[in-house]
Amino acid sequence: MNVPQDLKYAETHEWIRVEGDTGVVGITDHAQNELTDIVYVDPPKLGATVTAGQAAAVVESVKAASDIYSPVDGEVIELNDSLSSQPALVNTSPYDSGWLYKVRLTNPLQLEALKSPDDYRAQIG
Amino acid sequence: MEATNRRTALYEQQKSAGARCINFGGWEMPVQFTSIMDEHHAVRTACGVFDISHMGEVFVLGPQALDWLQGMLAGDLSKCPADGAQYTFLLNERGGVIDDLIVYRIADDNFLLLVNAAKIAEDVAWLQRHVIDGVTIDNRSDTMSALAVQGPDAPRIFREVFQCEMPVRNTFVAMEKCRGAVIAAGTGYTGEIGFELFFSNALAGDVWGAVLQAGAKPCGLGARDTLRLEMCYPLNGSDLSPGRTPLEAGLGMFVALDKREFMGRDALLAQKAAGLTSKLVGLRMTEKSPPPRAHYPVLVDGQVVGETTSGVLSPSLNEGIAMAYLPLELAKPGQIVQIDIRGRWFAAVVAKKPFYRPSSPRPA
Repeated sequence: MNVPQDLKYAETHEWIRVEGDTGVVGITDHAQNELTDIVYVDPPKLGATVTAGQAAAVVESVKAASDIYSPVDGEVIELNDSLSSQPALVNTSPYDSGWLYKVRLTNPLQLEALKSPDDYRAQIG
Repeated sequence: MEATNRRTALYEQQKSAGARCINFGGWEMPVQFTSIMDEHHAVRTACGVFDISHMGEVFVLGPQALDWLQGMLAGDLSKCPADGAQYTFLLNERGGVIDDLIVYRIADDNFLLLVNAAKIAEDVAWLQRHVIDGVTIDNRSDTMSALAVQGPDAPRIFREVFQCEMPVRNTFVAMEKCRGAVIAAGTGYTGEIGFELFFSNALAGDVWGAVLQAGAKPCGLGARDTLRLEMCYPLNGSDLSPGRTPLEAGLGMFVALDKREFMGRDALLAQKAAGLTSKLVGLRMTEKSPPPRAHYPVLVDGQVVGETTSGVLSPSLNEGIAMAYLPLELAKPGQIVQIDIRGRWFAAVVAKKPFYRPSSPRPA
């Protein structure tokens, strides 16, 4: 499974790419591979406050709806509009065009609690 | 000791074919191999094979078997010839569904009941409770395996595996001369042409290997569910329950109210005389929405009028489909409803059943 070196990971299989005081959030290659056939993405509301460890979005495969947990506290500042017509981008490009939302970090220290690529790789075996 | 999930005789073969397993009715079963979408389309356009060994094989034997089953099952076995198969129900006294099943008439004193995995113990206990002299209930579920091979390419695969023609719909043949004692039946749960095979666990590896070798794609329960729901075939425990009758489920054509007395008949006659108050309908999403799933509220004019019993994004139609029991006056094609998905309401319409009509030609 692809686990890029420049990202931080949550135990619940989300990643975050930090750029200054904002972060881009998505789900990992491992997560999309487990879910397969993603057919719908229910994003958070633009401007919503998300909380680390709390459900922020829902990703639906053919089989099941899965909560996506925000890796950090923050305010949702941008959504990936492509996903409404092409939800399968989460399968085909989980770290790039399949990103879910951008967040303005309100508690950057939380990043320290997230996993390094090596730790996440060890988690998923 | 903690109860663990049971595994079929094909567990190892399926794991090595890439199966991802889930718990289903106490069994560790493949939900998918590659992807539910791929497997669904394979069955609609080519051929897929499902391990259905978790389902129950219950034999009803003895000189009184036919007469006794006529009193226990809702369908009319006199309309089912020898070597024929019939979709039918075990009903409780209130006419509610204990289980839906296929009965295979091997001989007048030998019937095979193919029952749902989660209901084997309950069905057998129910049958034992009502059994009479001259009838024996023989539950062979633990020693028998089963495969469903489904799709337009199934007849070719059957010929390749068995060197003879596939049985026509709702009939079966005993294949003693080929691959050991396999019962091959023209039945299924996908809407496509195809066949189901029943055999002892010892033959499982050989039969599975032969079917794969002939070109069937391994499929899991995920695709089995999307395929059956496109056809509006009910799933017991979701769309059927002890509190609902086959008449409410829209399956009255499988109930022979005009045959002799049978379990649940009085309740069904009373329900018919009083008039149904609700009916199981098909719902089709009419706007972009998350896929509908079971237990979502169904609303009309802001009032909850029912809840979905099953729901999925239809891979063939690429739109959300569901079933729900609705009050009779709303259970008409064209009725507009809303489905509450995580607090948001999405428009849907009562659709004609089935949602999908297979293109593969059916044998006569």
